[in-house]
Amino acid sequence: MRLRLVPQETSFDFFKRAKLWLGISALMMVVGFASFLFQGLNFGIDFRGGTTIRTEASETVDVGAYRDALAVHGLGDVSITEVFDPAFEEDQHVAMIRIQAQEDGEAISGEMIETLKASLDAVTPGIKFVSVESVGPKVSGELITTAIIAVALAIAAVLVYIWLRFEWQFALGAVAALVHDVVLTIGVFSELQIKFDLAIIAALLTIVGYSLNDTVVVFDRVRENLRRYKKKDLAEVLNISINETLSRTMMTSVTTLLALISLYVLGGDVIRGFVFAMIWGVIVGTYSSVFVASTILLKLGVKRDWSKQANTTGNQFGNIDA
Amino acid sequence: MLQIDLWKRVLIWLVCAAGIMLALPNGFYTRVEQANDAAADIIARGETPERLETAGQWPSFLPSGLVNLGLDLRGGAHLLAEVQVEDVYEARMDALWPEVRDALRPERSTVGTFRRQPGPADQIRLKLSKPDGMSRALEVVRGLASPVTSLTGAGATDIEVSADGDILVVQLSEAEKLASDDRTVRQSLEIVRRRIDEVGTREPTIQRQGADRILIQVPGIGSASELKAIIGTTAQLTFNPVSGRGSDADAAPGIGQKIVPSLDEEGFYYTIEAAAVVTGEDLVDAQPSFDQNGRPAVTFRFNTSGARRFGDYTAENIGEPFAIVLDDEVVSAPVIQSHIPGGSGIITGNFTVEESTNLAVLLRAGALPAGLEFLEERTIGPELGQDSIDAGKIATVVAFVAVLVFMGLSYGLFGLFANVALILNIALIFGMLSLIGGTLTLPGIAGIVLTVGMAVDANVLIFERIREELKAGRGPAKAIDEGYSKALSAILDANITTFITAVILFAMGSGPVRGFAITLGLGILTSVFTAIFVTRLMIVMWFERRRPKTIEV
Repeated sequence: MRLRLVPQETSFDFFKRAKLWLGISALMMVVGFASFLFQGLNFGIDFRGGTTIRTEASETVDVGAYRDALAVHGLGDVSITEVFDPAFEEDQHVAMIRIQAQEDGEAISGEMIETLKASLDAVTPGIKFVSVESVGPKVSGELITTAIIAVALAIAAVLVYIWLRFEWQFALGAVAALVHDVVLTIGVFSELQIKFDLAIIAALLTIVGYSLNDTVVVFDRVRENLRRYKKKDLAEVLNISINETLSRTMMTSVTTLLALISLYVLGGDVIRGFVFAMIWGVIVGTYSSVFVASTILLKLGVKRDWSKQANTTGNQFGNIDA
Repeated sequence: MLQIDLWKRVLIWLVCAAGIMLALPNGFYTRVEQANDAAADIIARGETPERLETAGQWPSFLPSGLVNLGLDLRGGAHLLAEVQVEDVYEARMDALWPEVRDALRPERSTVGTFRRQPGPADQIRLKLSKPDGMSRALEVVRGLASPVTSLTGAGATDIEVSADGDILVVQLSEAEKLASDDRTVRQSLEIVRRRIDEVGTREPTIQRQGADRILIQVPGIGSASELKAIIGTTAQLTFNPVSGRGSDADAAPGIGQKIVPSLDEEGFYYTIEAAAVVTGEDLVDAQPSFDQNGRPAVTFRFNTSGARRFGDYTAENIGEPFAIVLDDEVVSAPVIQSHIPGGSGIITGNFTVEESTNLAVLLRAGALPAGLEFLEERTIGPELGQDSIDAGKIATVVAFVAVLVFMGLSYGLFGLFANVALILNIALIFGMLSLIGGTLTLPGIAGIVLTVGMAVDANVLIFERIREELKAGRGPAKAIDEGYSKALSAILDANITTFITAVILFAMGSGPVRGFAITLGLGILTSVFTAIFVTRLMIVMWFERRRPKTIEV
């Protein structure tokens, strides 16, 4: 007896409510984008400059007392949050202190860190600074630029690759799905005000890769079926292709989510934001490859005259053999 | 059909075996690390019984390459420094000024008198009393220019001389600035490396980043401030004649003199001759030691020419004070008691033992040609790193088991094949990471976990395809064969696109993000390899032995 996520034979009509799905996606994108515009992202120090200090003490964290102890140093905006994690010991109390970027272009000085530590030690004896990270505003500006370039470059490279391997309609469909995923991910980060740092950019690019993975598998089947069912109309061919690959789509999403969820729960708080972005990305990416990429492909229409290339079995790599 | 040549089979198993062998040392991380360190010590400092014993902990016929742990896992300090390349322009102009003066002096009749005007530090501005002589002055000063010594600046000269009304402006040319910047950064990099090597920490990363930046990562060091103390100081040591001392910082110094503060006594200033008798460049050695009163001090030794100049100077100026100046601060200003011929001496001051040790390190390694400004500093405590490793390990194991069980339930025997491939996959990732000396970071662990989830994708694609072929009524052998060949284009397209994003991440990212890109990229390569070669081989071998009439996938 086998575990099956989807029945052996499915014949869902994925385009019956195409308008509804596109509408929902468009609405979510608008909401995400508006949230990004009005609320803004909670940028980490990588992008905004400043200093974060992770403290650890055996006594409980008293945010107010910490704030008072640090206020005397006139460092401007200081935010303190307590960190919780199931993996922490009973007497392990962790807080994150974030200090805004200082006037000059440099990172915060070592003496200042020592002073801060002395002040906090007065409040909570034996407090430890387990990590101190400081980024000057000069670098953080560049990091933003690099990050935007990286994401744009990834999307462009993918556009070109799919265009070369398929047709331009496929490339546009895939990229529409990618933009959808990226906007929704940024939207969630802005809506929930989760810290957005360099690692999240890595997560974004991985989402781009993952979502594409899904889309390409569906498109590959579409290309094959377009040759097989020359008489059927495009919507039908797309439906057949999505149904045929549905089992695989679900399998891969579930195995990936299994891995990611275990990392989310057990991997510690340091990378939790990063893993959250990926989990969200896998869900959104799976959805978008079916409901966004394919629907756009349907709207754009595809050239059906494959006769010239029909002499191969349908793929250029078909002759590779183990 | 299901035929795989013998040589291909051997090759596939060999690759897997090599991957496992290369990954093996990581399973005994501490042991192998100690053995490697001991082996390096034996080469560097000779054999001792303990070292031999530690080195013997890991058999030498096995590979001993380890995956480097990133700072976020091992703890340590990370600094991004910007070299203040403009510092050098000023020094160049100050050095050029006497030459310009000497060249113009014989031309007084045409250019009149001239005087250096205040202006930007990277320019010499001269006001001529006879503006008519400007063309002659330009000609003379241009004669001082020499060709730029760099590939890109070929044909250009090092200085640019122009007229601004009755003011003659001398500055470095763009080509020379570029060449000089490059030289400055390379020198700084070298000196930073020497200083860190002097302290003797393990596997530091010191690399140039962009035009004028240096990235320094030192695992295992307590804090970024500690690291900064070692590399942040310019350590420009000079010995200058003293002409006076007082408490006025703004007193007008005489020509060729300057006023510098005292290092220890606040509010005291020395007037010293700007031209140094001897500089730190003439040092051949510096060691921490103690003076006759038992206070920490630094002893030093000059090279021959430095020793001669120092000897001559001390012989001629007995009873006069001279200043030991470090980075424009007077460390001490002893009075010369007697002729010091041997070329060695001692620097005393209010040092702690640590400070004197550091100063000796700095003096031995040489002075930085320009100042460093720190743009980014990160310190990660070793406890946090260990916590992250522990959490990462547990998460990976749980993810692994979950995926293995799920695959087994979904595909039965074929799922088991995929699971063997998945285990091989992880071994191959670690093997390749060890081979290329890659660095594992916390996001890198996430990359591996993600790979665990995604690696099965290629197998899932194939198995689903085989199911479809079986459903379409093909025999087992045909179905397997078709399943592989038809799934191939989807596998390759899907993985190439993900690989493209991994490459972009690697190229644009730094530090932890790059670590993630590496494991993600390697994971894609190994998962494609295991899916289209290893599981296929396993299925084919099983099929040959059993010859089943029907298969269930």
